[in-house]
Amino acid sequence: MAKRVMAVDDSATVRQVLQMTLEGAGYQVVEAVDGRDALDKLGRTTVDMMVTDLNMPNMDGIDLIRHVRQSPGNRFMPIIMLTTESQPEKKQEGKAAGASGWIVKPFKPEQLLAVVRMICPA
Amino acid sequence: MSSLADTFRDEAGELLQELEAALLALEENPDEASLVDRVFRALHTLKGAGGLAGFDAVAELCHEAETVFEEVRSGEQHLDRELVSQALQAKDLLRLMIDAEFGGAAVEPARLAGMLAAFRNRLAPTAVAPGAGGFLASGAGRGQSTYRIRFRPGPGLFRQGIQPQLLLGELCRLGEAVVVAQLDHVPPLDELDPEACHVYWDVILTTGEDENAIRDVFIFVEDDCELHIQLVDADGLVDADGDYKKLGEILVERGDLPREELEKFLAEKKRLGEALVAAGAVDGGQIESALAEQERIQRLRRERQAAEVSDSIRVKSERLDKLVNLIGELVTVQARLSQLANGREDAVLLAVAEEVERLTWELRDQVLTIRMLPIGSTFSRFKRLVRDLGEELGKDVMLFTEGGETELDKTVIERLGDPLVHLIRNSIDHGIESPEVRRAAGKPAKGRITLSAEHSGANVLITVADDGLGLDRDRIRAKAVERGLIAPQAELADRDIFNLIFLPGFSTAEQVSSVSGRGVGMDVVRQAIESLRGSVEVASDPGRGTRFVLKLPLTLAIIEGLLVDVGSERFILPLADVEECIALTRAEAAATHGRNLVNVRGEIVPYIPLSEVFSLGGERPEIEQIVIARLDAGRVGFVVDRVIGEHQTVIKNLGRFYQGVNGISGATILGDGHVALILDLPQLAVQAVQLEQAACR
Repeated sequence: MAKRVMAVDDSATVRQVLQMTLEGAGYQVVEAVDGRDALDKLGRTTVDMMVTDLNMPNMDGIDLIRHVRQSPGNRFMPIIMLTTESQPEKKQEGKAAGASGWIVKPFKPEQLLAVVRMICPA
Repeated sequence: MSSLADTFRDEAGELLQELEAALLALEENPDEASLVDRVFRALHTLKGAGGLAGFDAVAELCHEAETVFEEVRSGEQHLDRELVSQALQAKDLLRLMIDAEFGGAAVEPARLAGMLAAFRNRLAPTAVAPGAGGFLASGAGRGQSTYRIRFRPGPGLFRQGIQPQLLLGELCRLGEAVVVAQLDHVPPLDELDPEACHVYWDVILTTGEDENAIRDVFIFVEDDCELHIQLVDADGLVDADGDYKKLGEILVERGDLPREELEKFLAEKKRLGEALVAAGAVDGGQIESALAEQERIQRLRRERQAAEVSDSIRVKSERLDKLVNLIGELVTVQARLSQLANGREDAVLLAVAEEVERLTWELRDQVLTIRMLPIGSTFSRFKRLVRDLGEELGKDVMLFTEGGETELDKTVIERLGDPLVHLIRNSIDHGIESPEVRRAAGKPAKGRITLSAEHSGANVLITVADDGLGLDRDRIRAKAVERGLIAPQAELADRDIFNLIFLPGFSTAEQVSSVSGRGVGMDVVRQAIESLRGSVEVASDPGRGTRFVLKLPLTLAIIEGLLVDVGSERFILPLADVEECIALTRAEAAATHGRNLVNVRGEIVPYIPLSEVFSLGGERPEIEQIVIARLDAGRVGFVVDRVIGEHQTVIKNLGRFYQGVNGISGATILGDGHVALILDLPQLAVQAVQLEQAACR
C-alpha cells in the first residue's frame, strides 16, 4: 500500500506543490492547513510521515511537532519541517521539539523527494 | 485540479489583501506588535508560495520586504510612515507582477530594481549577506578515495523518526562500502532502554565523492551524533607502497585501543586479533571492522600499482640530448633546403622539400616527447618532506597530488625541484595552522597541501595550494611600504599586493624559523622559475588558503621567436615577451632629444636602440621599428631596422666561453646558414638602466 504523507501548510500553493510532487512519486497525501487541523486529522487517520511548515496561524509547526511526539502512536514518525533561510534558529527549535529533518523553502521538487525517499521510501 | 499558477494567483490575491489591511491598520497604530506580525506573515507566506510556484521575482521582493519587517519586529528598525507607504507601493507592484503573468501589462524591470534597492537600503549594515565563493577547490573529488567513517548516533535517534538502515543505505550508494555494526555499547538487558539506540556503526567506503557528500547523508542527525570521517587512502595520496597499516595501528588510530595496551599484547607474540578479543581489550566487531579496512586498502593499492607498470626501456639521457641536438641541426638544414627550393622554379624539388619539411617537424615533435617525463616522480619525493616538516613544526599535514602523469621536459623537471621544495616549506611553515587553531576555525585538524600539474597550451601549470591561513594583505602592504617597495598611497589590487612577496628581500615572518622565512625565499623561487622561461603567480583567500601557480614551457629546446634585422645582423626576440611592433620615424626620434621615449597610445614607453647596444654601424633606415616587450619592469621598446617575422627557434647554447655574456641567452642557425643571437630582453633592459644611471653620475 502506498505510504501516506501528511502535508501541513497554510499556503494553498505550497500544499499543492507538496501534493503534486509526492503523489507523482507514488505517495498518498493528506493535507492540513495548520497545526490544529493536522492534529485533528491525525486523530482520525494514520500517516507514515509528516511534512510541516513552521509559520502558521492557530497552531504553529513547532507546537505541532511537540504534540505529535507526545502521542503514543506517532512517537517514531518521521517529521520534516519546512524552514526558510532567514530563520536558522527555528531549525534548532524544531529539532529540540523532535523533528527528524528540514527542507529549506523554496525547494525544488526533486530536493523534497530526495529527502522524503531517504526518510520514508515509497 | 486547477493549475499551480491559478492556485497561487488566488492565494496571492487573499494575501495581498491581508497585507494591505494590516499595513493600513499599522499606519494608525504604529506600535501594535501583532500588526507587524500580520504583515510579516503575509509577506512570508507569499514568498514561500511564490518561490514554489515559479514566481521568483515575487519571492525576491517579498524576501527583501520581509527582512526589513523582521528587523522591525526585533526592534532593530524603527517603523515610520515612509516604510508603510513603501510597503504599500510594494504590495501594488506585487499585484502588477502577478497580473503580468496572466496577460496583464509587463512590469518595467527598473521599477522592480528600484523597489528592491529601497528595501535593501533600509537594512542595518550587518544584515547584508557576505559574498559567498572562494577559489580554492578541494583537491579530492577526482579519483577514488577511501574513508573510514564511524557513526555513533545519540540514544534519541529512533524518537526522532530516523531509521539508521536508510542512512547507511544512502551511504552505500555513494560507492563500495563495508558496514560493521558495533554492539559493545549495548547495556545488559535489565538496564536496556528499548527505545534508545545503543548500536554504532563503522563503514569503510571507497567513493569518488568528497567528504562533504558523506556529511550530507548525515545532515539531519549530525548535531546529535558522533560522526568521524577520516580519509585513509586516495588515488593521489602519496603513500603508495602496497602494504597498509597493521591491525594494531588501525585500532589505536581509531581510539579503540590505547597504545600501551597494544604494546603489551604485541609482546605476547600471539595472533593479535584473537589475543585482544580473548582478553576483552577490544570487541570482536571492532576487529572485524579494522580488518575490513586493511583488506580493502591493500587491495586498492595493489590494483593501483598494477596499473602503473607498463612497457618501457631505459636509455642514457646523454644519448637523448645528442638526438635532440641532431634534430636541431636537421631542422636548420631543412629550413635551408626549403629556402633554396623556393628560389628555383623546380616543382619536383619543391615537392621533395615540402615532404622533408613535414617529416622533419614530425620527427622533431616525437624526439621532444621522448625527453618528456611525467612529473609524478618529482611529486612523490615531497611526501617525506611534508611529513618531516609537519612533525618538526607541530603541524598535521597531508600531501595530495594531481596530474602526476603530466609530462614536462627532463631539464625543466630537474630544475623544478628546489623551487617546489621552497614553496611547500613555506606553505607548511606560514600557511597551515596548528591543529588547535584549525579546529577552532572550523577546519579539519589535518592541513592539506595539494600539488597538481596540468597542460595549458604550450605550457604546463604547476600548482601548490594549501588550505591554511591565506596571505595577510595588510601586513604585506605595510611591509612593502616599510621597505620602500611601494608608495604609502599606492592603490593596488589584492593580486598585485600578494605578488609583492616575490620582490627581493621581502619577508613578513615576524619570527624567523629554521624552515623558512629568512627573507631570501620567494624572489629566489621566482628567479629559478624565470630561468626556466616560466612565471609564478600567487593568489590567496583569507582563512581559506594560498595557491601558487607556476607556468612553465613544455620544453627548453625550442622557442617561438621574432626574427629582426639590425644593420647587417639578425637577432631573435622571444615572442612570449613581445606585445606589439610600432614604427619610429627619424623625425619622431629626433623630437625626444635623445631621451629615447615614445608615446604608445598615451603611455610613455622608454626604448633601447639595439644598434647602439651592440655598436652596429651603418646607415639607419628612414623608418625604424620598435618592438614593444612586456617585462616585469614594465613595457620597454627595442629599436630594430626591420621585423622579418616569426621564427621557430632551435636554441643552441653559446658554449662555455660566451656563457656569461649579458643580454644574450643563446644562438640559433637560420635557414640560410647565418647565426642569429637570441636576446635576453629583461637583462638588456636592466643593463640599459645601469648605463643611464652611470651616465648621470
